[in-house]
Amino acid sequence: MNSPAAASISILPDRRDSIARAGEAGNAVACDRGSLAGSVTQRACAFCGSRVVLYPIADALHLVHGPIGCAAYTWDIRGAQSSGPQLFRNSFSTDLQEMDVIYGGEKKLGRALRELIRRHQPKAAFVYSTCIVGLIGDDVSAVCRELSAEFSIPVIPVASEGFKGTKKDGYQAACDAAYRLVGTGDTRDISDRSINLLGDFNIAGESWIIRGYFERLGIQVVATLTGDGRVDDIRRCHGAKLNLVQCSGSMTSLAKRLERDHGIPFQRVSFFGIEDMSAALYGVATFFEDPLLREKTSELVREEIERLMPELREIRTALEGKKAAVYVGGAFKAFSLVRALRTIGMRTAIVGTQTGDRDDYDQLRAMCEPGTLIVDDSNPLELAKFCLEQDVDLFIGGVKERPIAYKLGIGFCDHNHERKEALAGYVGMLNFAREVYASVMSPVWNYTPRRALRLRTAPRENEE
Amino acid sequence: MLNGTTAEIAERKALRINAAKTCQPIGAMYASLGIHGCMPHSHGSQGCCSYHRSHLTRHFKEPVIATTSSFTEGASVFGGLANLTQALRNIFTIYNPDIVAVHTTCLSEVIGDDIPTIVKRAREEGAIPEGKLVIHTNTPSFVGSHVTGFSNMVASIIKYLAEKTGEARNQVNVIPGFVEPADMREIKRICALLGVPAVVLPDTSAVLDGPLDGEYQMYPKGGTTIPAIKSMGDSLATFALGHFASHGPAVSLEVKHQVPAGLLELPIGVAATDAFVQALRAYSPSGVAEELETERGRLVDMMSDMQQYFHEKRVAVAGDPDHVIALVQFLLELGAKPVYAITGSRGNHFETRLHEILDPVVPDAIIKQSADFFELHQWIKNGPVDLLVANTYGKHIARVENIPFVRVGFPILDRVGHRFYPTVGYAGAIRLIDLMVNALFDKKDRECPEEWFELVM
Repeated sequence: MNSPAAASISILPDRRDSIARAGEAGNAVACDRGSLAGSVTQRACAFCGSRVVLYPIADALHLVHGPIGCAAYTWDIRGAQSSGPQLFRNSFSTDLQEMDVIYGGEKKLGRALRELIRRHQPKAAFVYSTCIVGLIGDDVSAVCRELSAEFSIPVIPVASEGFKGTKKDGYQAACDAAYRLVGTGDTRDISDRSINLLGDFNIAGESWIIRGYFERLGIQVVATLTGDGRVDDIRRCHGAKLNLVQCSGSMTSLAKRLERDHGIPFQRVSFFGIEDMSAALYGVATFFEDPLLREKTSELVREEIERLMPELREIRTALEGKKAAVYVGGAFKAFSLVRALRTIGMRTAIVGTQTGDRDDYDQLRAMCEPGTLIVDDSNPLELAKFCLEQDVDLFIGGVKERPIAYKLGIGFCDHNHERKEALAGYVGMLNFAREVYASVMSPVWNYTPRRALRLRTAPRENEE
Repeated sequence: MLNGTTAEIAERKALRINAAKTCQPIGAMYASLGIHGCMPHSHGSQGCCSYHRSHLTRHFKEPVIATTSSFTEGASVFGGLANLTQALRNIFTIYNPDIVAVHTTCLSEVIGDDIPTIVKRAREEGAIPEGKLVIHTNTPSFVGSHVTGFSNMVASIIKYLAEKTGEARNQVNVIPGFVEPADMREIKRICALLGVPAVVLPDTSAVLDGPLDGEYQMYPKGGTTIPAIKSMGDSLATFALGHFASHGPAVSLEVKHQVPAGLLELPIGVAATDAFVQALRAYSPSGVAEELETERGRLVDMMSDMQQYFHEKRVAVAGDPDHVIALVQFLLELGAKPVYAITGSRGNHFETRLHEILDPVVPDAIIKQSADFFELHQWIKNGPVDLLVANTYGKHIARVENIPFVRVGFPILDRVGHRFYPTVGYAGAIRLIDLMVNALFDKKDRECPEEWFELVM
């Protein structure tokens, strides 16, 4: 379908090489570069990246050093659950004022930290720098050192000034900060069959689901970074034998350092979708080179799949042939989603990410069906155009994309921080399928112009 | 959090916990969205723009557009001239708005970018097409709050665009304040009922409460049009609703074009709405319409039906200063007892005005500007309340302390009605009673012993 609304939307000339089609020749998708000034980019900043990665460490103190906005917009917005302390869900900020900008905010930062540490006695504290801190030249590291000495807890600066780059650069800063804890804890009681989960944030309790699978296989999960995270676990995570890295962008650098300094190998995994979840479990079983473990894994996988297949099959029948648009932060999630959509009979017609790199886009091109549009760092206008052109039935994205999809009369699934259902693991696949089914099949769309038109023009079943 | 707050009042000198405000740029962005065909532009890092858009989207459940200068480390050292020039060129090339409203961020403020000079150069270089407008306002995040940003943007819109031809127009200006699209719609309806032609600026109705029409409209139907804004200099009067969000812009219009400024409060509740209607009446050819009188009568009727449930109820009110001032007065009209009134914004008027209102009737009420939810929670732990009226950020307190909770103001991230039902005007007051009294009833129904459980309330 080529709707007139879609045809009237044009693409910024400088963005043309950030868009490609699977199955067609052409250059690599241009990516890994700053957003064009003046575009309505869906991307965020380095601070955002650091904040989402570290924030789930539940027994640490998280203080945002800057004007109030940066703390306000990141206050308890991500459903990263904690089984214990809820301290991290408060919003702590130095709320910098004009005078602080003129005279510097170091003293205020020191005072704020003192007040907080005295009151909450956290295991560690993270201090996030915002744009302005980088400009006024506060020596955040010095303040942190002083406070560390005073209270004998790690007080760790996070170099997350927003202008330093995209979320990706913020992930790096977060890894640097978290790594300062690593290697400081006691590893004696860690088993030979042990792993860390990196890059899972326990959104809607997902880390607990994944942990459960490994524990059933007799594998100890030493630390999750950072879902339901604890400072003491991170301190001793260098005692684990293997790292599983989910969400390729956020934690790979930490895994690499653990490999370099502590000889812990890592595997890139995804817990979304049956195939990827199973691959992750088998990967671990293979790593520990134990036929019995492999057998146990097969058993677990079989059990879990059997449990969800009947319902999944039903959903698949209903969704067969429907089309989806995927626009997510990282490429690894995009890979999983393309596969998971396939599991429920849907084709990915558009796939894009905010932070994918060249290899990621090459892989997407290889795995998607011919004709699939592949985009880097898109904007609402482009996305709307593509959705109309491809006539998709579902959009998978984050908070900013949801209302756009709805305006077009397209179902939506939030696969970002604001998801309300656990989407990881086998049960997550079922939740995902249910959520997709509920939105795509909702009778509401029959009242939207696009579907109303389709209903009117579709041949009636009993027509002569 | 959730129950991390202790009753013991913590001495704090340098720390903000659970803020009852956010930063200027988001207010400026919201105000800009109330101009028809406008692209708000955030001159700073990408994150600011992304956060503001996400936050507004969570509140309105609508697409929110804005562009960003996408500052990098280079721009932070050498200034944002190149970024803004390129941004303007790109915005007009691809998104083709009628007007771009630039607001600054803490980053570009500290760098010291001179926006008018950059815009002037961009125009000379041909980055801004003929007939297109670019305006700006300064919104350093380390000064004021989102309400300040809103007010600054409205003042700038007027400063840049309002003209005086010398020929008076039979119309008034209304600056509605940082309120919902539904409120702006209601204000226009009240004006229409009185037969008073009005320019409402900004006007986000039909921008952020648009229908599902199967298309993605970058510039929806609504918004104050540029010709209408231009004509504001010729209006008979300006009515500015709310000291913090609206009085500044109205006064600047009065200074610039001698349009008399009528400084009112947000028309929430009987007296405040009466004052607004009364002010408009002077310009009404027909007087107060019967429909409006009946509406007022229905409000007073509902107040009388429900007064027994409000009598002496202890209420905490938190939020934006203009809203809190208005809500406290409405609660007093209902017979309730506002015991805590806080705002995260700064401004002595907040405390002065509320003392004036509350001292004679609730002398022990605690009133505080530049406060936060943590502080409010501590007070509530020491002196409980029966009802909490605040934005969504009150919900942690409401849950821990088991307080009936009504969401009013910005942001509301977890409920839906604010997008459709006004809180201003007589109709808005009816809705507020509905929300508040039902919240009280729901708690009673949930918790009272069976023998006290009643069918008729």
